[in-house]
Amino acid sequence: MVDAVISDVRELSAPRRKSGMRRMLQRKSTIAFFMALPLLLLISLLVLYPAFYAVHLATLNKSMQRFVGLSNFTFLFKRETFWMVVRQSCLFALSAVFFKALIGFIVAHFVHNIPAKGQRKWRGMLLIPWVIPPAMSTLAWLWLFDPSYSAFNWILALFGFGPVAWTGDAYWARFSVILINVWYGAPFFLIMYLAALKSVPEQLYEAAAIDGASWWQRIWYVTLPMMRNIIAITVLFSTIVTFANFDIVQVLTAGGPIDKTHVFATWAFRLGIQGGDIPLGASVSLFMFPILAFCAIFILRDIHRRGNEAS
Amino acid sequence: MRSHITRRAAVKSAALATTALIAAPYVRGAHAAGRLSIGFWDHWVPGANSASKTLVEEWAAKEKVDVTIDYIPSQGMKNLITIAAESQARSGHDVFAFPSWQPQGHAENLEPVNDIMDELIKQNGAVNETVTYLGKAGDTWLAVPATVGSQIKGPCSRIDLFKQHAGIDLQAMYPAGAPPKADGWTLATFLKAAEACHKAGFPFGIGLGTTADSVDSAGAFFHAHGAALVDAKGNITAKSDPVRQSLDFYKQLASFMPPDIPAWDDASNNKWLVSGRGAHIMNPPSAWAVAKRDAPQIAEQLWTHGFPVGPKGRYAPFLPYFWGIWNFSKNIPAAKSLLVHLSSRSSAEKMVAASGGYDLPSFASFTNFKTWAEEGPPKGTLYHYPNPHNHQVLSIAAAPAPPKIAYQIYTEGLQTKMIVRYMQGEPMEKTLAWAESELEGFMRT
Repeated sequence: MVDAVISDVRELSAPRRKSGMRRMLQRKSTIAFFMALPLLLLISLLVLYPAFYAVHLATLNKSMQRFVGLSNFTFLFKRETFWMVVRQSCLFALSAVFFKALIGFIVAHFVHNIPAKGQRKWRGMLLIPWVIPPAMSTLAWLWLFDPSYSAFNWILALFGFGPVAWTGDAYWARFSVILINVWYGAPFFLIMYLAALKSVPEQLYEAAAIDGASWWQRIWYVTLPMMRNIIAITVLFSTIVTFANFDIVQVLTAGGPIDKTHVFATWAFRLGIQGGDIPLGASVSLFMFPILAFCAIFILRDIHRRGNEAS
Repeated sequence: MRSHITRRAAVKSAALATTALIAAPYVRGAHAAGRLSIGFWDHWVPGANSASKTLVEEWAAKEKVDVTIDYIPSQGMKNLITIAAESQARSGHDVFAFPSWQPQGHAENLEPVNDIMDELIKQNGAVNETVTYLGKAGDTWLAVPATVGSQIKGPCSRIDLFKQHAGIDLQAMYPAGAPPKADGWTLATFLKAAEACHKAGFPFGIGLGTTADSVDSAGAFFHAHGAALVDAKGNITAKSDPVRQSLDFYKQLASFMPPDIPAWDDASNNKWLVSGRGAHIMNPPSAWAVAKRDAPQIAEQLWTHGFPVGPKGRYAPFLPYFWGIWNFSKNIPAAKSLLVHLSSRSSAEKMVAASGGYDLPSFASFTNFKTWAEEGPPKGTLYHYPNPHNHQVLSIAAAPAPPKIAYQIYTEGLQTKMIVRYMQGEPMEKTLAWAESELEGFMRT
């Protein structure tokens, strides 16, 4: 508001001959637009263009010579493997996000209660899984889960258990890829929740304590409502990223055994790049887009509404 | 300040410039024959790239072509991604090393090479049927079979363990420098040997994942039973007795192998043999080469030999690489000249030597290089690797289905998936019905 008044005053005091173009260039919104323009161009080039190109590819036939509309999608809907991949992707994303959020929430509380002096070290250490590129850390996990020389199996054998076919058995393979995703992603939740916890006013907890609120009631009636927005955003963001995960599954199991760990991205890669059917691969990768976009709109609308209510 | 040039002055200058250009003497520069950009496969045998680099540089110096070479690894399928990107963009390298199925997948973007292939066959001898199947569309040669990267994934077994536990003398059955005496090397003998080695604690290690090594072995055993999932005319033939026999055979074989073979990738079998835990794998001599470096006592006991014979013949998986020329290349004549140079006997011999015998030329008269006869220890271990006596039919999994369908069968690992489903307890007919439904999906055009 103050900015607007100042700019109005400046406009009034400016010489009349100042052109409309110059006035427009001096507006804050115009300057902001020009400053953001390189980023907008970059996003258009690297995100929007490939996205629209993928949509275009998904409407072509296998040899990419003919427009076939939505035929690739109707073809996929008739495939048993496709629905298996849908189920697996949902299982992978939802369970991984749930455990990442849960572990992040619990560990954030632990870290929050550590005295400020030693907290920095813990924060740094706990962030390590998140800062290592997942393709690289998954290689280390691959060694731990190796079909024939698993380090975990070696430890289990010391106690007379195993061996477990970590990547050879469908259920263990699913468990393994979800575990790595949780290990990789939990620090993101941790750091976001820790920041949110620090912003909860201490007076609210004091008031709750005076009212005789139990530990659980303080979490339920104070912490969670205060963290609602950040929880919604992190869950949304992580769900989108986890649904699109490629590297962990590709490095650890490459979708096997017998396709039981494929997710959208790995199956799209198998069909499109390895199998040479780029339109079908593009269709698989686009399948989740409308569903995730729908979720994103609703969650963001809810956050916006709560933000308005609060102000 | 503005300069003023009259129309008359401009015409005069243009005329003078044109005259000077025409009258100037023709100077043949260092790169008078233009530029050529090559995307070669990045060899995993250390030092093997140097042979192709030297050969290309020799040719470039002679032909006065400015050449750039990129060695692109297959690790992480970087070469497949590059091929897909260049094909989409219609821009990139002029010559590219295409893995087995890729020429068929990009047939419409490749420059036909009938002219040079006809000459090369006349000069070097015929190529096997698998090379024709993968490299030719109708009457058109899509690419030239490459020496670098081409391989037979035949059996590599432990001499000592076979002798001790299975009573088989591999060196007598496949003597170095002489034709094989392997009439008794049948699928039944193979199963007995697998069982004996398993009982002795040294199981065979043949993967059942969806990577190439697993798929190739399965394909050869299917062929040995006469089993095809789709015939040459494109008819689905999954529900047939040879397919059922193949699945039964593999179920029995898998019971003598480690339980985690469905999770094996292309490195697992090598590690299995080099670790000393296994008696047998199916692979080109890369496992032997690694053992020679890391576990010499094991390398001394390794012998590369032929596949066991089945009811319909003795088949071994052959995976040729191809050198192809994109049809958007700006220098097709130079590219063709280079491929002729790389396909000569002397070039092939140098590449085979640099790869320690791993690389395999596809031409009939190129199977008797001294590298294979002399490499060791044990001396002669690679003698039978290039199939010098045409003892086995060189094939590829999923053939003889039309290549575009076979390509899907191969990359999806349909045969190994069928085996795993069946061996994990799924009823045979259910597995066959599932395969049939997958195959119907592969028929999509």
